[in-house]
Amino acid sequence: MASQLAIQRLKNLLSEKEELDNVVAAKIEKLTAELQRPDDHFDPVQRIVDGFINFRINKFEKYPDYYNELAKGQNPKFLVFACSDSRVSPSHILSFQPGEAFMVRNIANMVPAFNQLKYAGVGAVIEYAITVLGVTNILVIGHSHCGGIKRLMTHPEDNSVPFDFIDEWVKIGLPAKAKVIAKEGDADIEEQCEDCAREAVNLSLVNLQSYPYVQKALSDKNLALRGGYYDFIHGVLELWEVGSHISPPIIVPTP
Amino acid sequence: MLSFWHICSNCPGLTVKASRESLGITEQHKNKNNKLERVAETDDRSELFEDMKQRFLDFKKHKYMGNLEHYQNLAKGQAPKFMVISCADSRVCPSTILGFQPGEAFIVRNIANLVPPLESGPSETNAALEFSVNFLKIENILVVGHSCCGGIRALMGMDDEVDKSSFIQNWVVVGKDARSWTKAAASKLSFDQQCTHCEKESINRSLLNLLTYPWIEEKVKKGVLAVHGGYYDFVECTFEKWTLDYKEDNLKEKHGRISVKNHLFWR
Repeated sequence: MASQLAIQRLKNLLSEKEELDNVVAAKIEKLTAELQRPDDHFDPVQRIVDGFINFRINKFEKYPDYYNELAKGQNPKFLVFACSDSRVSPSHILSFQPGEAFMVRNIANMVPAFNQLKYAGVGAVIEYAITVLGVTNILVIGHSHCGGIKRLMTHPEDNSVPFDFIDEWVKIGLPAKAKVIAKEGDADIEEQCEDCAREAVNLSLVNLQSYPYVQKALSDKNLALRGGYYDFIHGVLELWEVGSHISPPIIVPTP
Repeated sequence: MLSFWHICSNCPGLTVKASRESLGITEQHKNKNNKLERVAETDDRSELFEDMKQRFLDFKKHKYMGNLEHYQNLAKGQAPKFMVISCADSRVCPSTILGFQPGEAFIVRNIANLVPPLESGPSETNAALEFSVNFLKIENILVVGHSCCGGIRALMGMDDEVDKSSFIQNWVVVGKDARSWTKAAASKLSFDQQCTHCEKESINRSLLNLLTYPWIEEKVKKGVLAVHGGYYDFVECTFEKWTLDYKEDNLKEKHGRISVKNHLFWR
């Protein structure tokens, strides 16, 4: 509906014009809230139309040089693995603009270890991003209340419940689950899930290093690996980097 | 909405002029060359961290805190109406080009926005489909393709025999039916034009592949799940969109043409 476009433009106005006084800002908030009352009839096509037109007016036509350059080719600095969850798009929380991040989104932002038969999809992304696009940073970002992680943590391992596609996928995270249970098997399940989400990011960072393109780029010092965790309950972002250190050699003298 | 667009295109006064201010990102793009940038110095890395921190804080200040109640509701659970399958290409994020806000769209991104059929076995794409259709009960699946797709180009350029050592080829071969159709129907066109045809045809193949999952077909048949295709041309900035018109005989013939309705084109 036209209301969706109006809501978007009002939100843009709020975020772009910091100097709006509180009274005006409050009025805009109120209007936005009224417009956001659920429609009796949701029209998905109209929603897509509104979204695209808004993008075209507010971005594409505002920065034509930028978009013309992008049309010729992309040169993103980042490869990002994020969850498919509708609440955690890195374009929102980290404001990635078109051209900045080659982005994969899958359940629970998992990166499996190198396996050409089973995981061609992920392998293709890593191969393309590093060998063709030359990305110099990989970021794997997990989040709170992840449905995929919860599934992993709560699925019984005694074969009493059949495995669906989801389970086949999230079982990539089994080592993270094992670590969490060993460390804090007595904690409540919610806390275990949040820890598992962070451990699964670390597991993915380790798995990344099983890909030959990643190994080579790391040893050439052309690549940095980072993990992240977005807690949308408290509005907090954690960010960390994988580092490796080679100490100077100890020289054992000849006897 | 259509009349609003009509007004926009007819009133020069409403045309937005290119910004004269330098956008930080535009500056970066102008300064870069196309060679691999070496992140050798520590300075670059801590700058990147600092940049990410700033972006997150901006998001938190301008969006999260500004809509706290909305975000707190979202934290309790998501109920997106869309599941979007799009390419990993940095230029085609659905949150940007279609303005999906937090909570609106469950998004899967892979090379060339491909949907493998049921018989190819478990993968991240069908895991996500299962989650979104059976658990989140989304009502719309949208497969979005785009211009100048590197994955489709790789598909069109490869030999019939897959190079086993290439992940890219092992993945994009999912689109081989689209490639065969394109080579047959568009053989007289240039390679670039063939790629464009394949980009669009592969979306349709993906829509058909969606129907190989019985739990998807059943919902489409009942009318509680709609399946749409979309194509974003970022050279001209246009968007084409169509909806699968479900007929049981779509699936009978492997090379059958799919039937669509509500085909729209926005420029």
